Amino acid sequence: MSWAWLHRYASPPHFYRWAGRMIPWLSSLAAICGAAGLIGALGLAPPDYQQGEGYRIIFVHVPAAVLSTVAYAVMATAAGVGLIWRMNVAHAVAASCASIGAWFTALALVTGSLWGRPMWGTYWEWDPRLTSELVLLFLYLGYMGLRSAIDDTARADRASAVLALVGVINLPIIHYSVDWWNSLHQGHTLLKFGKASMPPSMLTPLLLMMLAFLLYFGAIVLTRARGAVLRRERQARWIGEIVGVTAP
Amino acid sequence: MNGHSPNSVSAARAGWLLIQRDLRLGMRRPGEWLQPLVFFFVVTTLFPLATDPQMSRLRDMAPGALWVAALLSSLLALEMLFREDGQDGTLEQLALSGLPLSWLLLSKSCVHWLLTGLPLVLAAPLVAMAFGAPYAAIPAILAALLLGSVALSLIGAVGAGLTLGLRRGGVLLALLVLPLAVPVLIFGAHATALAIALEPAAAPMYMLAAIVVLSATLAPLATAAAVRIGLE
Repeated sequence: MSWAWLHRYASPPHFYRWAGRMIPWLSSLAAICGAAGLIGALGLAPPDYQQGEGYRIIFVHVPAAVLSTVAYAVMATAAGVGLIWRMNVAHAVAASCASIGAWFTALALVTGSLWGRPMWGTYWEWDPRLTSELVLLFLYLGYMGLRSAIDDTARADRASAVLALVGVINLPIIHYSVDWWNSLHQGHTLLKFGKASMPPSMLTPLLLMMLAFLLYFGAIVLTRARGAVLRRERQARWIGEIVGVTAP
Repeated sequence: MNGHSPNSVSAARAGWLLIQRDLRLGMRRPGEWLQPLVFFFVVTTLFPLATDPQMSRLRDMAPGALWVAALLSSLLALEMLFREDGQDGTLEQLALSGLPLSWLLLSKSCVHWLLTGLPLVLAAPLVAMAFGAPYAAIPAILAALLLGSVALSLIGAVGAGLTLGLRRGGVLLALLVLPLAVPVLIFGAHATALAIALEPAAAPMYMLAAIVVLSATLAPLATAAAVRIGLE
């Protein structure tokens, strides 16, 4: 298998142009999916027979929760690629994933606790999923903290990449240990969506919202990574060509 | 440099020499390993003071207090793991020695555990009994802390390597290591709680042992990578 394509995409000018072409597509598709999903979610989907209208927060909560882990997976993959092939572009992508991933995690936690208030009667329940989401937020904050503590970009890239990879090994262990921890303390789960079968009128908007979140995440990461590439390569010649200024 | 020069030592021999050196250094600076121990006692003393000191209540609280205190004092000790050697260039010499750095750092972790983890394990029965744990629970508590403190030393070494030579390293180290230590805390505290209730604690103990094996296998590699990055 040839790795040439990887190196081609990893060249900063190529990535910069390619990302610039992708971003409008991703963001407009995200807007279309989001609009369709919201119409379906807030208008067309019927109220839940148990939870009434309150369940509609699922259309934000679940995509945010899914994206919080997807962002970590993308971040760790990019970090690994950056570490192995020493690609600056991959490091820029990994760094761009962290803050948006942290925001998705925070959003999942906030919507989860807002949802918990009417359904469980409390804003915070030491539910395994909520707890492992909280630990995930701490992992993101640690990653960002480590990056910001190191001034040298190359060192920050590689140190944070090691941390991201350590985190990716630990995440499943944390998830299952937290699962196990609470299932032993109390067998109390008022609602479990994992296995609940959903009618298509609810499932379709949910999937559309997930797609919208995913596309939005792609657009944001590429935008941020583009900015990061510009800053990293500020001495390079090709930037002068793009901006229209020729270096003296 | 390579394995053929007359002055070269085998990796095993080098690990042993490093263990001896670090132990000797640690013994000459008792403050380094006494401080985390005293900290452990102080933190566990705070729990009864901050709550109701009835034995039945304290017994419920014992696993949590014991493990949170152990976690915090092992964190306190971690800061010292690479600090001196990073400053005086010893780590650079180790990295340049041509021997596997992960192996050498595993030796350092061993000594670190002997000096800061083992005293905690030995002190734990005292604290547990002050919290009203029955005598019969002591062996299981010892075993759980033994496994848990090894895992904490190994996992923490990765964080110590990543924060090598950074300003504000201490708080950052806590932020990096504590989330990774969540499984150790959960299984350790659970094993302790089962032991205090005089129930068999084998299941969480096996999980702790699995975490020890996994972290002994992978953590030194990550630590070596982190230290190399920190030395650049």
